[in-house]
Amino acid sequence: MTFLGFFTLAFVAVSAVLAVNSRNLFESSVWLGIFSLMMAANFFILDAPDVAITEAAVGAGVSTVLFLGALALTSEHEHVTEKFRWLPVVVMSVLGLVLFVVSFEQPLLGDSTAPVHQHVAPWYLSETPRLIDIPNIVTAILASFRGYDTLGEVIVVFTAGIGVISVLGFRPKSKSMLRGSSLAQRVRGVQHHAVLRVVGKLLIPVLMLFALVVQFHGKYTPGGGFSAGALFAAAVMLYGILEGADKSAKALPQPVMLRLAALGATIYSGVGLVAFFKGGNFLNYSVLATDPLVGQYLGILIIEFGVGLTVTAVLIMIFNAIANRDSY
Amino acid sequence: MSLAYDIATWACLAAGSFFVLVGGIGALRMPDLYTRLHAASVTETLGSLLIIAGLMLHSGGQLATLKLFAILVFLFFTSPISGYALANTAQASGLKPLLGPQNPKARQQ
Repeated sequence: MTFLGFFTLAFVAVSAVLAVNSRNLFESSVWLGIFSLMMAANFFILDAPDVAITEAAVGAGVSTVLFLGALALTSEHEHVTEKFRWLPVVVMSVLGLVLFVVSFEQPLLGDSTAPVHQHVAPWYLSETPRLIDIPNIVTAILASFRGYDTLGEVIVVFTAGIGVISVLGFRPKSKSMLRGSSLAQRVRGVQHHAVLRVVGKLLIPVLMLFALVVQFHGKYTPGGGFSAGALFAAAVMLYGILEGADKSAKALPQPVMLRLAALGATIYSGVGLVAFFKGGNFLNYSVLATDPLVGQYLGILIIEFGVGLTVTAVLIMIFNAIANRDSY
Repeated sequence: MSLAYDIATWACLAAGSFFVLVGGIGALRMPDLYTRLHAASVTETLGSLLIIAGLMLHSGGQLATLKLFAILVFLFFTSPISGYALANTAQASGLKPLLGPQNPKARQQ
């Protein structure tokens, strides 16, 4: 296992260097996709399958598609300034040296006496069966013990979506050279990917079903709202790639997605408020039902749904906004 | 019985590894994109399918077998399609095969 970890980490480093070095941005984004896939394998080797699923879906899948969509709007080649800059080189060398020296102080991988395993982790491990009673302790920590952090993450995702929409929704005064929708039609005219479309359409429902499993089975097996949202959005992006982004934007219009993203965050904080008014603390699900364990179960189920809704809607929104942008 | 399973497992794994190796050598040594793709698709289809089939035999009727079967079906659909998409895009964007009748370089030789 350790050997495999060295292999994936080495490949992570190699693909990072190649992504930075490549002058062709198309190549760079493919290297970044490989980087994320190797990172996901590395997470999996380190027994973090929840993170691995999310990294594989977001890093290798969704963000590669978004990079390629953004590249379609700009040039494929990087404009290089030939001047050698001293300051970044010095700063990065010093930083790298500091990190290298500090890494000697780090506890060994898997050392059970390391501070990270002695702080709150034993408490989570011993109290999860009594307080929440679900097998996947990661979900218990993420959704219940550290519900505030996750609420913050959902708000960050929502804010990022709004930010991207406001930047991409900005229209210059000059008339557009090519409307996004007519571009999609032109692309549809030249492509003859009958095989791709047939097989892709076979895969989309399976992908969505898998996303639902990851979403609602997250209490028992690795998964949860973040990874499920990314998978669901990936299914919609596959549809957009195969059939043209104007069709995916028509099927799931931007205003609806924006409201769904807001709804997801509202569901999450709404559960917190309901708990508050039922006499508990904000986001304390134990008071939601007469049996605290049932309350925790319900609370985690509902807030994970809210997380999934927000992540799905924001990713689809960003994809549709980038893929349907007019050229100027 | 378990010996038969073991033999079948190792046969599948060895054959799969052989095809992955052949595909890798082919992808390195072949002259142009189409022939490289031809070699690499051996890795994608035969190699990975045989290896997963071997792992399925090895896992012995657990839930993992079903999961491996799902991966097998997924790869069975997607790997040839990705190869097809790559070759089709290359042809659509005007890349000529190096050793074909329509390539002027080949005609000169």
